[in-house]
Amino acid sequence: MAVKVIIPTPLRVYAGKKDSAEVSAQTVGEALGGLTTQYTELRKHLFTEDGKLRSFVNVYLNDEDIRYMAKEATPVKDGDVVSIVPSIAGGNHCGR
Amino acid sequence: MATKTQSPIANAPATSLSNEEILRYSRHLIMPEVGMEGQLKLKNAKVLLIGTGGLGAPLGLYLAAAGVGKLGLVDFDVVDFTNLQRQVTFGTSDVGKHKSAAAQARLSNLNPDIEVLSFETQLTSGNALELFKDFDIIVDGTDNFPTRYLVNDACILLGKPNVYGSIFRFEGQATVFGTPDGPCYRCLYPEPPPPGLVPSCAEGGVLGVLPGIVGSIQAMETIKLILGAGDSLAGRLLLFDALGMKFRELKLRKNPDCPMCGKNRTIHQLIDYYEFCGVRGEEAPAPDLQVPEMTPRELQSRLDRGDDLYILDVREPHEYQICNIKGHLLPLGELPRRVHELDSSREIVAHCRSGKRSAEAVDFLRKAGFRKIHNLKGGILAWSDEVDPSVPKY
Repeated sequence: MAVKVIIPTPLRVYAGKKDSAEVSAQTVGEALGGLTTQYTELRKHLFTEDGKLRSFVNVYLNDEDIRYMAKEATPVKDGDVVSIVPSIAGGNHCGR
Repeated sequence: MATKTQSPIANAPATSLSNEEILRYSRHLIMPEVGMEGQLKLKNAKVLLIGTGGLGAPLGLYLAAAGVGKLGLVDFDVVDFTNLQRQVTFGTSDVGKHKSAAAQARLSNLNPDIEVLSFETQLTSGNALELFKDFDIIVDGTDNFPTRYLVNDACILLGKPNVYGSIFRFEGQATVFGTPDGPCYRCLYPEPPPPGLVPSCAEGGVLGVLPGIVGSIQAMETIKLILGAGDSLAGRLLLFDALGMKFRELKLRKNPDCPMCGKNRTIHQLIDYYEFCGVRGEEAPAPDLQVPEMTPRELQSRLDRGDDLYILDVREPHEYQICNIKGHLLPLGELPRRVHELDSSREIVAHCRSGKRSAEAVDFLRKAGFRKIHNLKGGILAWSDEVDPSVPKY
């Protein structure tokens, strides 16, 4: 299944500055796995060392939070959109 | 699903508007969705703004202009020149003044019929409940994770709605938390992100108009809450991408296991939010790296003496365009794969804006075998202060 993964602004720096990527996958977990194979630097921002999705990373399939579906095992179909929605606080983190 | 907006304001006490107020609010009064009843609800409403910066600017201006009867402004910060690009409440003559006081003066001038209160203080676990209790709606226009969790928890403890907005570079988020059946901030983000996910200043910055748009959305949601009009953003997360000019909407569910607003609440009082976020959050500063340093004055005298020094600028190309001291540009992020471009037999002085990125560069290069290398102490900011004031600071 061909799905689109939307990459949020804070993570674009690890994804060749792209705002989205097309990947082929059967589940949300595979879609994110495909994305991190394409952009290896993204992996540590999305997954823990033992391969679990990090708890502060929110992932949506279309407009639904996968935590209320089958999580990473949620099946996808052609044309679905997977969104990574990070926590953003505002501007006050730049002191360098 | 959209939820009907429910006003937290009880039916407005019997009161009336003066002739001047009727004239001022005539464009509201002639709309049936507001009318005299709605305008009186606005007049009786008490709204507390946390932060008077980028988001707080349109919030304060529009809520004051709309006739919200009591506006509280919480900010401990002072206006500086870098604020003026987006914090449109302030003028150049406000630089150096306390933000909450400067905003209070501006909003009182915009609408003398309302009460504007300035709280020149940092919101803390010690004062939040006391500050919030006299207000109907809390609006979160802050810029850091600890305060966002604090605002959320205090709102849930007191049962007050929290109108949320957040921005990063050219992307924004908005929703309403803490309505009677709606989710809270912890339902959406149970934990703050670790330092690795918090952008560094090479990726920092914000497009000035963005907080104007997101703050205006918050102002609209606040007014809808007061009026009890339309469909609230509660239960929906609005995502805004300014570059693509796209609005998207995601479903936001109340987490039944939420430690704050779930059935089996485990948090019953305000906690230490710096500790909560600091362990994993952005507030934990990287320990200062111990690397050999050179002061700007030392560098200047070495250069004046004609010493052969290689100046390495590890900032980004767009920063080099702002100002430079004729160093060789090699951004920190590219250093590992371009290290062969550097000659380890030459004496190198690395610099960035303030000295932190270049300390990482020096640390990296020392581990790669470079021995004659120094970090310019204080970066280009210190160079401007101590050697050449014609170099602009940013």
